[in-house]
Amino acid sequence: MAVIDQTARAKWRWSLIDLVVIVFALIPVLWITSLSFKTPATITDGNFIPREWTLENYRNIFSTDQFVRALVNSIGIGLISTLVAVVLGTMAAYAIARLDFPGKKLLIGISLLIAMFPQVSLVSPLFEIERSIGLFDTWPGLILPYITFGLPLAIYTLSAFFRQIPWDLEKAAKMDGATQGEAFRRVIAPLAAPGVFTTAILVFIFCWNDFLFAISLTSTERSRTVPAALSFFQGASQFEDPTGAISAAAVIITVPIILFVLFFQRRIVSGLTSGAVKG
Amino acid sequence: MADIVLDKVTKAFPDGTLAVQELNLEIADGEFLILVGPSGCGKSTTLNMIAGLEDITSGELRIDGQRVNDKAPRDRDIAMVFQSYALYPNMTVRENMAFPLKLAKLSKEEIDRKVDEAAKVLELTALLDRKPANLSGGQRQRVAMGRAIVRSPKAFLMDEPLSNLDAKLRVQMRTVVSRLQKKLGTTTVYVTHDQTEAMTLGDRVVIMRAGAVQQVGEPQQLYDHPNNLFVAGFIGSPSMNFFPATVASGRLTTALGDFPLGERMRGQVAEHSGDLIVGIRPEHFEDASLIEDSIRQGGAEFSATADLVESMGSDKYVYFTIEGEKASAAELEELAADMGSGDLPSGGSNLVCRFSAESRVKEGDTAKVWVNLEKIHLFDPSDGRNITLHEGRTA
Ligand SMILES: Nc1ncnc2c1ncn2[C@@H]1O[C@H](COP(=O)(O)OP(=O)(O)OP(=O)(O)O)[C@@H](O)[C@H]1O
Ligand SMILES: [Mg+2]
Repeated sequence: MAVIDQTARAKWRWSLIDLVVIVFALIPVLWITSLSFKTPATITDGNFIPREWTLENYRNIFSTDQFVRALVNSIGIGLISTLVAVVLGTMAAYAIARLDFPGKKLLIGISLLIAMFPQVSLVSPLFEIERSIGLFDTWPGLILPYITFGLPLAIYTLSAFFRQIPWDLEKAAKMDGATQGEAFRRVIAPLAAPGVFTTAILVFIFCWNDFLFAISLTSTERSRTVPAALSFFQGASQFEDPTGAISAAAVIITVPIILFVLFFQRRIVSGLTSGAVKG
Repeated sequence: MADIVLDKVTKAFPDGTLAVQELNLEIADGEFLILVGPSGCGKSTTLNMIAGLEDITSGELRIDGQRVNDKAPRDRDIAMVFQSYALYPNMTVRENMAFPLKLAKLSKEEIDRKVDEAAKVLELTALLDRKPANLSGGQRQRVAMGRAIVRSPKAFLMDEPLSNLDAKLRVQMRTVVSRLQKKLGTTTVYVTHDQTEAMTLGDRVVIMRAGAVQQVGEPQQLYDHPNNLFVAGFIGSPSMNFFPATVASGRLTTALGDFPLGERMRGQVAEHSGDLIVGIRPEHFEDASLIEDSIRQGGAEFSATADLVESMGSDKYVYFTIEGEKASAAELEELAADMGSGDLPSGGSNLVCRFSAESRVKEGDTAKVWVNLEKIHLFDPSDGRNITLHEGRTA
């Protein structure tokens, strides 16, 4: 009895802790969602549930070119950076997990170093460099630093995934008549897919959320991404507070992330490799 | 189907490890050859070189008379069964077995027909739509076999395919493997470090030690006429008993007693001065009270106190401790280390005898033991050579 009592109590305790964490994390999100549906008049009334619902804020941000343009920039830059980082990262991680080559330790060390490097200290040199070579305020001007910081992340997560795949499978595929390429494509890649998707999500979120590079390396709508664009939002008139519009934009930019995760979640099935080998 | 020839095949790993040294082997078409030896002796490396998964450092590998050293695994038309099974976890049993056929670009109907046929042979038909994760160990093992047989390759290579199964299933699968090989008649190289598997499965057995072949032959020949201490100690369960011995004027002095040597052995020993090691298999002892007078002549008797009696029903294993020095040779130490009994504390040498079931010996009794002197082996401790071999045979 005592044991059951204890597990029941432990369950309760954990549920409570989980609840606190979820509430703590979700309240700001709900709050900003609530703000985005409020009218300018009621925005400061402090009510959690809007007394007057309106879609005006959403209509406003989509009516200006500013936000739509930023959204396009964010999606484009994020997707391209993610694609490049994940493709390069997959190849690098495969080599790291699979081969013993001279300088392997050094490569891992350098990529760790890059991942840890404080980004703030890079902003001014990058600004100068990009201005002098004409990359400032362009898509590549953001994509390059994103790949730089996304790649170590990709290599790290992916090599952990590759290490889990039994190499006997690749040998078996070769014995079954596959070329190196076919073995990778038909046997290794499907097993590595969950790792690749997980990595893609992580890298995309990193690019999507970045504010530092976005604000420092852009100057116009040409390449400004949403996090940076938000800070340039103005109210309908000079005297109007843009809180509602910013809230609406903030809600909008969380949507792709949620969709991204939901879409790939089904592919992140853990234990996909179970049953390949015994023990 | 094909014959496989290894001609002075050597494998040196980049770190300098010499895993296989000048290995010569001729594997006949349709033969079931077993590679056996302690852990790390180079069995898997040899198999991987035949498969094409490891490069050959020097020497030549010929399949069907053709040099294949530089051919990729896919061009050698050989199938392999891995110890880990290496089933593709994202594919069903059917897809696993169809994989080599798909790569060979066979038509859909032909693939289905061959897979169904192989599944029937291995009793996998009901499991074709399952994923490997939902199979038992024995079933996974059969799928791995199935994937190897579907495309009727020139040869099968198997690297300890049964070692992940529990004891009972292993015995069962042993007969499955054996029957399958007989039925298909495909040249097979089978790696194991289980000497029972080696004795029961193969047409011929190759015993390896530290990358070199010790002896090649039919199981019975290896058992009856081991070339050296290593083979003698490796083959047989329980293994051969070894004691230090010396020879003087036609008599053999051992911890068991003084024995007269037969005519032939006296001649063989004559050229050899110094210490020897005598090796006697458990079944060449008998409870002296059960020996008929007619055969008593061929042996000698001694007394010892039984430590332990294990009755197996058909016969009895009786364990004795014999006072005195233990036989020592590099080969014996290696064998002991491989069996994990390298540093068992014991005040003397252990002796295991197999008596008939009628024996009345009990634990603690001092028993009179008869030993068949015609069946003993004498080894040179310096190089492990069996000096009682006569034209390649003993007795
Ligand atoms: N990639 C490698 N680099 C260096 N040495 C290696 C490598 N692979 C194997 N070896 C060495 O080669 C020797 C033979 O190895 P192998 O795997 O063939 O042994 P084995 O007979 O199959 O043993 P087991 O019964 O344990 O499987 C061992 O000493 C091993 O340490
Ligand atoms: Mg091995």
